[in-house]
Amino acid sequence: MKTSNVLLEVRDVAREFDVSRPWLNRVIENQPKAILKAVDGVSFSINRGETLALVGESGCGKSTIARVVCGLYTPSRGSVIFDGVDMAKASTSEQQQLRKRFQMIFQDPYASLNPRWRVGKIIAEPIVSHGIMTDKEQIKKRVDELLTQVGLSPQDQEKFPHEFSGGQRQRISIARALSSNPEFLVCDEPTSALDVSVQAQILNLMKDLQREFGLTYLFISHNLAVVSHISNRVGVMYLGRLVEMADTKTIFHRPLHPYTQMLLSAIPDLKMTGRQRTPVAGEVPNPLNPPSGCTFHPRCPYANDRCTSEAPKMIAADDGSMVSCHAVEERRIPIRLAA
Amino acid sequence: MTTPLPLPLLEVRNLRVQFPTRRGLLTAVDDISLSIAPGEVLGVVGESGAGKSLTGAAIIGLLEPPGRIASGEILLNGRRIDNLSPEEFRKIRGREIGAIFQDPLTSLNPLYTIGRQITETILTHLDVSPAEAKKRAIDLLNEVGIPAADKRIDHYPHQFSGGMRQRVVISLALAAQPKLIIADEPTTALDVSIQAQIITLLKKLCREHGTSIMLVTHDMGVIAETADRVAVMYAGRIVEIGPVAEVIHNPQHPYTVGLMGAIPDLTKEVERLTQIDGSMPRLNAIPSGCAFNPRCTRKVEVGSRCTTERPGLLPAGKTQAACWLYANDGANDGANNPANHNVNAPQTVAV
Repeated sequence: MKTSNVLLEVRDVAREFDVSRPWLNRVIENQPKAILKAVDGVSFSINRGETLALVGESGCGKSTIARVVCGLYTPSRGSVIFDGVDMAKASTSEQQQLRKRFQMIFQDPYASLNPRWRVGKIIAEPIVSHGIMTDKEQIKKRVDELLTQVGLSPQDQEKFPHEFSGGQRQRISIARALSSNPEFLVCDEPTSALDVSVQAQILNLMKDLQREFGLTYLFISHNLAVVSHISNRVGVMYLGRLVEMADTKTIFHRPLHPYTQMLLSAIPDLKMTGRQRTPVAGEVPNPLNPPSGCTFHPRCPYANDRCTSEAPKMIAADDGSMVSCHAVEERRIPIRLAA
Repeated sequence: MTTPLPLPLLEVRNLRVQFPTRRGLLTAVDDISLSIAPGEVLGVVGESGAGKSLTGAAIIGLLEPPGRIASGEILLNGRRIDNLSPEEFRKIRGREIGAIFQDPLTSLNPLYTIGRQITETILTHLDVSPAEAKKRAIDLLNEVGIPAADKRIDHYPHQFSGGMRQRVVISLALAAQPKLIIADEPTTALDVSIQAQIITLLKKLCREHGTSIMLVTHDMGVIAETADRVAVMYAGRIVEIGPVAEVIHNPQHPYTVGLMGAIPDLTKEVERLTQIDGSMPRLNAIPSGCAFNPRCTRKVEVGSRCTTERPGLLPAGKTQAACWLYANDGANDGANNPANHNVNAPQTVAV
């Protein structure tokens, strides 16, 4: 892997949220500050033109990562490096130049479009705010082109978001994201509010656009089937940490981390092969008070004393996947071939 | 079906649910018929707006006005229940038909302990003493897998996690030992690992108690894991109904074929998912004839009949599909519509 090939690098990023009660309550009730570690030491990199997916259950920190990468949150620790430039150290003008090059698509196509703006204005907003074009006619032509690219009609410029269905709104979001000619799109659960047939339309569209414009995606999702379809590499998150990262094929055929194995076995079996499932035990612990050592140990069938006391580090496994698990390192886990 | 089936537990005949609005009468559920045998799990699947939840609500007598049952019959154990008064229905709801809804937080009263809510249900419907009711409540909570049930019974809903709350809701639905449970998206609000736990639990309990379930969901995977038969709904109508394995592996209706192809599959790699262009019609603009005809890729094989005449459920493969492609092997072939003999290869559906 050449360094120039890496478009985005996330180095040891952590993000904490202060969720304490008000100061006066804390003093009266003698409570400590409550710090929620939404993301705790996550590192990964994304190559140009590839799709990296982050999966995990609710509260695992995947959306927080998306927002940190986009600069909507500042990281509490660590750095985000886009095309060789550290976002935190870049000057304001440099940042502005960089910001043009990545965009975000959000989960809820109802909340992410301003209901009082016409579609044309919504899509043109990034063009105007980045000062890419100033001529009105030129902007209108560009919006026409974008609408056609995402499968809508140029006449839709004059409509308001409420006149569109969920899938069409998500197409508008995509057109808006594409309007500043970005190289990199952060997609936070872009299809989870949509029905399956509409989801298929959007996923196909995203793949087509990637091929056409050479886009790079960071794709956040809780749906493993969607992830297996769209991504090249997958990172599995649990309680703010990455537990495993590997090629999509590798991770779905040979999951190493016990949590990944559990997640894969929990997916309803559409083909009804009658495969034996591992019973899924327990629930995600409260992130305010995560378990010691490896945070997965209370639910892990392979946990031992080391797991309860020492947090595992990311290590490279034989097949090139990265995994953070003592049991995998010590080869205590039988290799399980899924599907 | 090889053995003669016992009398269906639930029978829905030609149910139609309508909403009178200022802009006219909207038909949200349009002439659907289905039945559930004792102990059977019937899945009802469809995209948002297909009318699947309303079908469930109509059966359990919880249609929100102005929605109303415009025509049709609902029979529970051979007795009509669609024309009962609200008071009479209250005796059935909970006792004979239980309900599990999508959001476990809104189906529990936040001001009462879960124990009080479960014992209330038991006392309302069964003739037992309060002490006995409490004992039963603890047994139920144990059964649905809530640890330390005798202590947890005095907790309030907010003290439970999402998965645990859904377990409480299930125990509440089972409290008066109903024969039928309407489960409306019971796992949609839950994470995938919790979803697997709840599905397993629901299946186990219904097998043990012999309870029938009508499982309403948009998730084909959940249906595949749970249901015996499945009804696929589109624009207020059942487009295909049959044994779950058949509908999933060998769907017959063009909509079901498209729907199955649209679901990303972990086990196989495809460059593009099957795409059904367009979207489900709005209720005020349902196309004439077959409601799916503007999006259907196989309309050309049948011709104008699709746009003029609504198909009923016809035998298709091992399922029944509401599609004119199958008019040949049904009884109502061309005879009453001679203009439509250009049906090509009605038996094979491209998968």
